[in-house]
Amino acid sequence: MEAFGLLVHGFEVLLTFKILLLMMLGLVLGIFVGVLPGLGGPNGVAILLPLTFTMEPTSAIVMLSCIYWGALFGGAITSILFNIPGEAWSVATTFDGYPMAQQGKAAEALTAAFTSSFIGSFVAVLLITFLAPGIASFALRFGPPEFFAVYFLTFCSFVGLGKEEKHKTLISMALGLLLTGIGMDTVSGQLRMTFGSDDLLRGINFLVAVIGLFGISEILLTMEERLALRGHAAAISPRVVLAVWKDLPKYWVTLLRSSAIGCWLGITPGGAIAASFMGYNLAKRFSKDKDSFGKGRIEGVFAPETAAHASGTSALLPMLALGIPGSGTAAILLGGLMVWGLNPGPLLFAEHKDFVWGLIASMYLGNLVGLVMVLSTVPLFAAVLRVPFAAIAPMIVVSCAVGAYAIQNAMFDIWLMLLFGVVGYVFKKISIPLAPFTLALVLGNRAEDSFRLSMIGSGGDLRVFWSNGLVGSIATLGLVLLFWPLVSAAVGRVRRGIA
Amino acid sequence: MSGAGGEPRAVASTRAVDIAVSLLLLAFAALMGWDNWKSGAGWAIDGPKAGYFPFYLSLLLAGASLFGLVKALVHRAGAASPFVNRDQLRRVLQVLVPTFLFCLLTQWLGIYVASFLLIAGFMRAVGRIAWWKSLATSLVFALAMFVTFDVAFDVIMPKGPLEAWLGF
Repeated sequence: MEAFGLLVHGFEVLLTFKILLLMMLGLVLGIFVGVLPGLGGPNGVAILLPLTFTMEPTSAIVMLSCIYWGALFGGAITSILFNIPGEAWSVATTFDGYPMAQQGKAAEALTAAFTSSFIGSFVAVLLITFLAPGIASFALRFGPPEFFAVYFLTFCSFVGLGKEEKHKTLISMALGLLLTGIGMDTVSGQLRMTFGSDDLLRGINFLVAVIGLFGISEILLTMEERLALRGHAAAISPRVVLAVWKDLPKYWVTLLRSSAIGCWLGITPGGAIAASFMGYNLAKRFSKDKDSFGKGRIEGVFAPETAAHASGTSALLPMLALGIPGSGTAAILLGGLMVWGLNPGPLLFAEHKDFVWGLIASMYLGNLVGLVMVLSTVPLFAAVLRVPFAAIAPMIVVSCAVGAYAIQNAMFDIWLMLLFGVVGYVFKKISIPLAPFTLALVLGNRAEDSFRLSMIGSGGDLRVFWSNGLVGSIATLGLVLLFWPLVSAAVGRVRRGIA
Repeated sequence: MSGAGGEPRAVASTRAVDIAVSLLLLAFAALMGWDNWKSGAGWAIDGPKAGYFPFYLSLLLAGASLFGLVKALVHRAGAASPFVNRDQLRRVLQVLVPTFLFCLLTQWLGIYVASFLLIAGFMRAVGRIAWWKSLATSLVFALAMFVTFDVAFDVIMPKGPLEAWLGF
């Protein structure tokens, strides 16, 4: 068990007073942003990223990932107590969580949510621990054509499998890829699309765009909807926690099924949203008492929370092993890694063992500490929601501006953030999906570089993407996924023809 | 959100915004496509030139936007659904305009003073929170930010005349 030894080493890296302190700080900040309306995982991580710029990478990533765990836990608090999903993937949690709170069983619902988040993440972290090194060492054999094929596959799966209208996904992706091209061309050094502007010379920073797209636009949307916060109070006593935990074994099938769904959808860029709904729906379908779902059944909290968190966590697997983020937040963490000059991907496992295993160990520890912390501090954080939105909104705007400025010390970036905020608001309202945009922004340069390096290697022959079994099957799979709606329609027709 | 007196009048339909966005994206794609054509969108001896990749992306963007435009024009989908109604627009502008002013002020006064003004002003004007509460909250927030970024974490933020006068 090589992974096990490395993991123990990872824990050794972590167990210093300073890192543990940063971990707690990250968790508190994370729960805080998770609880605030209009913020959540990706926004919180993006806004708080500048705080970590002056730290060394291991401390920084530990703190960032703890902000993320904290935000995930925090999202459940708002869904259950206030019926406001902090994130799209907490929507399914409100189905049974809020009715439970209405029936005075808020503490049970919260305990169930936190516990199942922990279980889901734990299963996913186990998966990362044992699969990621293998995938990474396999991927060490990848050259530029293989990498381009993997990027191609990722983009295609968004277009082919996404629920949104195809042309809107394409718009979002093409726009993101175009924007990453602005500035100096990394291969030839030539300037492009800068139109003589010095500010555009640096290019458009991914994080600036994300802060605007998610942070500012959420504030605009929240203002538009005029959220009236009316929630239930809750304090969790150890007795309730033990009672819920005692019943856990009864739900092992649900927990296991949701974990499996979550891990699968997290690794493929299907995402936590789909996972949470699928987890909920399957739990309902296999239940003997279907009608009690939606009326405050504890299983209806276990199922989506486990799946969402298994998926949110396992989204980090392709990010670490291949450099391809499986979710928006993973994309932002990836952006953070690049700020510190670490290039996620197979080489990371070989060259920065301390860092990688420290991060993986922090996932175990962060989740455990986070679970204890949320269980004990719920009343405190629920009180945050009683602070008037008129005070919180401008503070979030300021935090966004601070974050955008700190990345490159440029005033121009604050303006850019504002612009992206408006763009994000409009896009969300006319349902142009933002996830492909984010993905394109973070992967654009690498995709282009790997394409051009492949072309240089092959002398401009596109057949290089089918030159061996590995790259050929990835590229073909990409094409199949791109045209998936057509493929599945054709398969359906053939089947009906046979039947 | 429907008030007691019925639905407030819509400012624009989703379809109108759909069309406007498609047109803007088309213009953007044309601009980018043209610039990349100038940079060289063809092949050099050693592979694609600098403008090759973005040029074809511009084409893709233009194609997808054009599809969206035609679809919105032909199907009239979303013509009945409002993009934003008057009340909503007013509330969105209530936060967008101050944010714009905040960005503008940050250039002259530095981020700490500007955020003090934004938070105090917003709490007072939009939230109708008591003067003293608004001022106290924003002062504490601005100071806490200064201590966190400038003192503790060494993250440099834009500063203005006040900080210079205080010797930072």
